[in-house]
Amino acid sequence: MVHVSATPVLALRGVSKRFGAVQALTDVELEVHAGEVVALVGDNGAGKSTLVKTIAGVHPIDEGSIEWDGESVQISRPHDAQNLGIATVYQDLALCDNIDVVGNLYLGRELRRRGVLDEVEMERRSRELLDTLSIRIPSVRIPIASLSGGQRQVVAIARSMLGEPKLVILDEPTAALGVEQTAQVLDLVERLRERGHAVILISHNMADVKAVADKVAVLRLGRNNGVFEVKSTSQEEIISAITGATDNAVTRRAARTNGEIKK
Amino acid sequence: MSTEKTSTPTGDHAVENPEAAAAAVTVVDPRLLVREQGLAGYWNEFKRKMKAGDLGSIPVVVGLLIIWAIFTSLNSNFLTAGNFSDMSVAMVGTGMIAVGIVFVLLLGEIDLSVGSVSGVAGAAFAVMNVTHGMNEILALVLAILTGTVAGAVHGFIFARIGVPAFAVTLAGLLFWQGFMLQILGSNGTINLDSEGIVVKLTSYYFSDVAAAYGLAVVATVGYFLLAFFDNRRREAAGVPSRPLNEIIVRTVLLAILAFAAAIVFNQYKGLPLAVVIFLVFLVFTDFVLRRTAYGRKVFALGGSVEASRRAGINVEMVRISVFAIAGTFAAIGGLFVASKIASANQGAGTGEFLMNVIAAAVIGGTSLFGGRGRTWDALLGVMVIISITYGLALEGIASPVQYMITGGVLLATVVIDAVTRKTQKTAGRA
Repeated sequence: MVHVSATPVLALRGVSKRFGAVQALTDVELEVHAGEVVALVGDNGAGKSTLVKTIAGVHPIDEGSIEWDGESVQISRPHDAQNLGIATVYQDLALCDNIDVVGNLYLGRELRRRGVLDEVEMERRSRELLDTLSIRIPSVRIPIASLSGGQRQVVAIARSMLGEPKLVILDEPTAALGVEQTAQVLDLVERLRERGHAVILISHNMADVKAVADKVAVLRLGRNNGVFEVKSTSQEEIISAITGATDNAVTRRAARTNGEIKK
Repeated sequence: MSTEKTSTPTGDHAVENPEAAAAAVTVVDPRLLVREQGLAGYWNEFKRKMKAGDLGSIPVVVGLLIIWAIFTSLNSNFLTAGNFSDMSVAMVGTGMIAVGIVFVLLLGEIDLSVGSVSGVAGAAFAVMNVTHGMNEILALVLAILTGTVAGAVHGFIFARIGVPAFAVTLAGLLFWQGFMLQILGSNGTINLDSEGIVVKLTSYYFSDVAAAYGLAVVATVGYFLLAFFDNRRREAAGVPSRPLNEIIVRTVLLAILAFAAAIVFNQYKGLPLAVVIFLVFLVFTDFVLRRTAYGRKVFALGGSVEASRRAGINVEMVRISVFAIAGTFAAIGGLFVASKIASANQGAGTGEFLMNVIAAAVIGGTSLFGGRGRTWDALLGVMVIISITYGLALEGIASPVQYMITGGVLLATVVIDAVTRKTQKTAGRA
């Protein structure tokens, strides 16, 4: 783990979110520091995606507060989140298959020179960015359709880096990837941490979580179900927190050490 | 194809990347695939592209040459300067509207109303200028704006209310046709001033031979200089660039085409004004689509609406504007059609006209699935359509057969489009 600052970049305090009759999130707490990878885990329907969307401004929160660098902020639109420096890479990557890598990286924020697209400068900077992230793709001028799933994923992540975000949210970045490609993405996540970005990583894959995360925040039925230090926690402990064997020895121990379990 | 090379930032001759193959992969740009020397290299590249379904305009060009060969063998009058010149002028009306359709197809949508809107523009001009004696420039501008507004209305209903574009423009087709008949009134046909600006659009020729040759020189030199200086910038920035000999080959090809056309035009009445206007619009729209942020947005929407939305693109505005562009080009095309027959009549923009327009865009190579195409496709496609129409007319073949043949060509084209898309998917380029 690298230099974790005292004030969290992002802190959620007692965040709740309802959709009609469904209480999707209840009093959720979450802290992410700069240079820290926090894995957000939980079963399907645990509220991971909802939580991420509240941070990304897709679903404004109903109750609670969001603190950014220690100050309370309102995130009511995706635009607000982007302005704060939050970049989100969704599971469905949101790339345009018919446009090349450079075009996708700069989609919606094209560089212009005398009103005309500055393809040369965009291409130069794209290569630079991909180089600094040690991303290898055949060419920056081939359509996204030509890339493998892993390559698309790293392009999508690289795209989120263009705005120099402080916090990067990755929604199941390795879900559909092979062994080699998963390793590439995990390498990239570590490089984001080394560069001082805060990272929230949603994953179902415990091996990935153990490999790159510093902390694991478990959600269950829309509530916090423990925050664990990855190094000092076994995979079984995390899994029991996810599956909700809430009164077994493992979670009681977790409750004592963290003091954060609310249920 | 094992000769993948890249040029060095210093602009030296392309060198093999000295590192291992894996490292080479990261710097190679596919546009830079340096062909093997001689014909074999071109043949290999052609085979590679054919496998990848990346044929571009080749099928259309080959098809066009075949069509010309057939009609020439049937009737020696087909390939004369006079016929060629006439076809070039006649295609502008359909071609202009097809340019607008290319924009709409790039979104992956369709606009069925362009035929009717083109009729409205011709009728509106005739009513304002001839019936009410309005200044012809003003009437011309208002007629074109009529198309813009009609298109924007379709776009608004499609983008904001969410009615499928197919349904909105189908309603538009009927509405605008009725509107045209209404403003034309009971007599049905209004003849245009034969010395007026609209008639001049298709009847004026630059009879001075220097005009056609001059345009060919400007096009060739302009293309070369743009490509050359773009390359210089690329080299200076250290990004891959085209080899100089490729630019020269392309320039020479363009020069041959441009001067061949110029010679043909000069053997008849000279360079037609309509063709010049069409070319200007093609260059301009191609520039907008490929070189501006707006064009990038249009392509992005054709690729993935969701991705575009998340990238902060105002999806609704782009959609509305694209339909407004289609309406504008429909109106411009309608004026050219009216110009060709020197009148606005009740049949304008009806019947097979709409199908010809859409067929032109699709035959040219614009994908029906969105996100792939160029406005130059409209030129190629409309040349095919007009060649068939004129060739069959020369043979005295009646319109039932014309319809069936044009329908067959359109079907063949969309089959190619669908197959290409499949091949491209397997080759990972769709």
